[in-house]
Amino acid sequence: MLPLAAGLVALLVACPLVFLGLQAGQSGWATAARLLRRPLIGTLLWHTVSLTVMVTAATLVLGFGAAYLVERADIPARRAWTVALAMPLAVPEFVHGYCWVSLFPSVQGYWGAVLVMTSSLYPLVFLPVAATLRRSDAAAEEVARSLGHGRWATLWRVTLPQTRPALAGGALLVSLYLLGEYGAFAMLRFTTFATAIYTEYETAFDTESASVLTLVLVALALLVVCLDARAARRGRVVREGGTARPCAPQPLGRWKALATAALASVTAVTLGVPVYALVYWTARGNSSTLPSTSILSATAATLGYALAAATLATAAAVPVALYAWRRATRLARAVERAVFLTRALPGIAVALAVVFFAIRYAPAAYQQPPMLVVGYAVLFFPLALTAVRASLAQVPHGVEDAARSLGVRPLAVLARVTLPLILPGLGAAFAMVALTASTELTATLLLRPTGTETLATQFWAYTTDLSWGAAAPYAAVMTALSIPAVVLLTRRTLGTPRTPKGVR
Amino acid sequence: MSGLSISALHAAHGHTTVLRDLELRVPNGALACVLGPSGCGKSTLLRIIAGFHRPASGTVTVGGRTLNDDHTQVPAERRRIGCVPQDGALFPHLSVAANVGFGLPRAERRERVAEMLDLVGLNGLADRHPHQLSGGQQQRIALARALAPRPELLLLDEPFAALDAALRAELRTEVATTLRRAGATAVLVTHDVDEALAFADLIAVMRDGRIVQCDAPHALYHRPADTGVARTLGEANLVPAKLAADHAITAFGELPLTDGASDTDEDAVVLLRPHQLRLSTTSGPHTVEARVVNSGFRGHDYRLELAPDPRHELATPLIAYTPADAPPPTGETLHIAAHGTVHPLAPDQVPPDQVPNSATA
Repeated sequence: MLPLAAGLVALLVACPLVFLGLQAGQSGWATAARLLRRPLIGTLLWHTVSLTVMVTAATLVLGFGAAYLVERADIPARRAWTVALAMPLAVPEFVHGYCWVSLFPSVQGYWGAVLVMTSSLYPLVFLPVAATLRRSDAAAEEVARSLGHGRWATLWRVTLPQTRPALAGGALLVSLYLLGEYGAFAMLRFTTFATAIYTEYETAFDTESASVLTLVLVALALLVVCLDARAARRGRVVREGGTARPCAPQPLGRWKALATAALASVTAVTLGVPVYALVYWTARGNSSTLPSTSILSATAATLGYALAAATLATAAAVPVALYAWRRATRLARAVERAVFLTRALPGIAVALAVVFFAIRYAPAAYQQPPMLVVGYAVLFFPLALTAVRASLAQVPHGVEDAARSLGVRPLAVLARVTLPLILPGLGAAFAMVALTASTELTATLLLRPTGTETLATQFWAYTTDLSWGAAAPYAAVMTALSIPAVVLLTRRTLGTPRTPKGVR
Repeated sequence: MSGLSISALHAAHGHTTVLRDLELRVPNGALACVLGPSGCGKSTLLRIIAGFHRPASGTVTVGGRTLNDDHTQVPAERRRIGCVPQDGALFPHLSVAANVGFGLPRAERRERVAEMLDLVGLNGLADRHPHQLSGGQQQRIALARALAPRPELLLLDEPFAALDAALRAELRTEVATTLRRAGATAVLVTHDVDEALAFADLIAVMRDGRIVQCDAPHALYHRPADTGVARTLGEANLVPAKLAADHAITAFGELPLTDGASDTDEDAVVLLRPHQLRLSTTSGPHTVEARVVNSGFRGHDYRLELAPDPRHELATPLIAYTPADAPPPTGETLHIAAHGTVHPLAPDQVPPDQVPNSATA
């Protein structure tokens, strides 16, 4: 029964790809070829690829640099810096865009997008790299020193390679976010595949063109995943046994002031600007007309959808995670991997797939609340699965067998042993999905029932009218809702705080 | 004498003093072992020699070069001191050959790597990655990597602790042989007496941030400076005695002193190792009556715990080893005789929390 449930979930989650293919195939090869040969495609490809490469490179440099300083240098208040450096994640990318555009109208186009997306996404590199640096054993770096390598050579030849899987993972996340991002680029007037798909579908009602563009975007995303898999494999790092001794922070001497100033300016740009913009516009907006009831109803609607989606996604994640955990067969792993692959699908592609599915097979559900809930659940399923998997990994393997041997039936074992053990993981999965869904914009715009406004869509409506002040409270509420998710993610990635300084 | 020389070394972690006025000399080509319980500061000592930790004061010289004194702190990368950490700390992203060649100039890398892999007997594994090696192989590669740049001194921080018992014994003999063949001067840190005895030419017993005694294993075992060292090196029976010119008067009669003569005061404690006690069923002129409280078979012999008759004023239990061929009768009363020389121990250094005459494994 479990394999069946797991397979079913995997099938459901993976089906967006199938529907995209069907929809594109419907228009026939000739149409597809004609659509693909348009000069627009070349422009979009150039925009998307050049931006992805540039921003990914920038986030790698910024993320590694910040992580190295925080984890390895003797700068003051390292814990506070860690929190400040992770916090930009709490500001949704399109809110980042809003903050910059509303304060500095000249921030737009390619370089505007590079600035906004880098400052918004670099924590995705910073967190895993910081985690790797924190967990790695001091011994490797010390041995490199004792073999005659100076601080820089050690950094380059030992520390950097050790963080390579983390860098690869961070780069993957950053590029996937970039491929799928709609709101920030629309705000910055920079066209990429995602914005073009949205325009084709919402304003030109050209589903054929939209689905062909989406397929190209999906192909790009899969290419990124393959590149990343290669990079990660080449730098495979396995540490055998033993407990890691944390590295003592390196004294920076006269560079200390400079390093601290660098971190301060990074924080000022990536966190200071959004916070200032939100406070500034909220204060300004209060003087203008602000229907305070609509923010309450939008918050209620947002939370309602987010909680429903979180329940669905968490419930669906349990059988898949359990199946892969109980039996490490090739099939089980394939099921799990298929599900993770959907993480690579840009949000707009998933949303369109759900739309196509509803139009074709369930017209009654089209633009009804369940469609949005299912869309969220499919979109954020990997988040839930990761959290449930992580908590299952803590459960010792024999406990279920032990319970069975004491005469308890399998379902009762699940209820009395396994589920209670992974309860924190279920909570984390639920929270991550709910909090992420409550700040989702692109899929919400496409999937929401007519007349429903969530925080993100109402915010979007105001910014489209350039009502910066009216939009600010919505942005502020979304940011506040995201903070717990970032704290959760930071804690899960970095684990327990550093052990105290003393070494044996 | 070149080699390693440390004097008046003080070190601290934050406000906690870890090393106090530490002295240590290791002659060139010797394999030395720093032996002490965990927390005594031995790892810190190693990290100071390697240049990873800055001492508060004191000097460290290797081969006549001053590495640490009041004005100097040579950085780790310019010390020419090799390190083998506890779990090897191989670079996981590099192959075995690249690991071993890490500290070598490009020109001589290939040749020297092959030579080193030969030395540790793993020349077939050059292209493997660390995660494809067993624990013992990883330690051998870590050793090869540390020896490759011909360091003046090699430091080993409990390098066998993570291995299982059989492999540990095998590897430590092998490593000692390898180091002797390479002519290396080495300092190994451990809390395992057997490891120290099997490995070292020279054992430095460390306690509370000081080297209490530093000598050859044999000398240290038979002539420990105080009761603490006596117990650290193996099981010890500490017997109260009155010292005369060249002998000690104990419950076991008159026994000759190790150093022939003594100039300490009359009341003292002398050391009798368990194998110096002989058991018999009949009493003799200088035997002590005792009851067998506990006995454990160890394959090559029996280890007995004996409760001596209270009138001898000996502390309980006495430890004795008897031949493996006959199981000792538990609960029976036997007669113990002592033979061989006894070594007087400085009684003032008995830690107050330990009852004299109890044995430590």
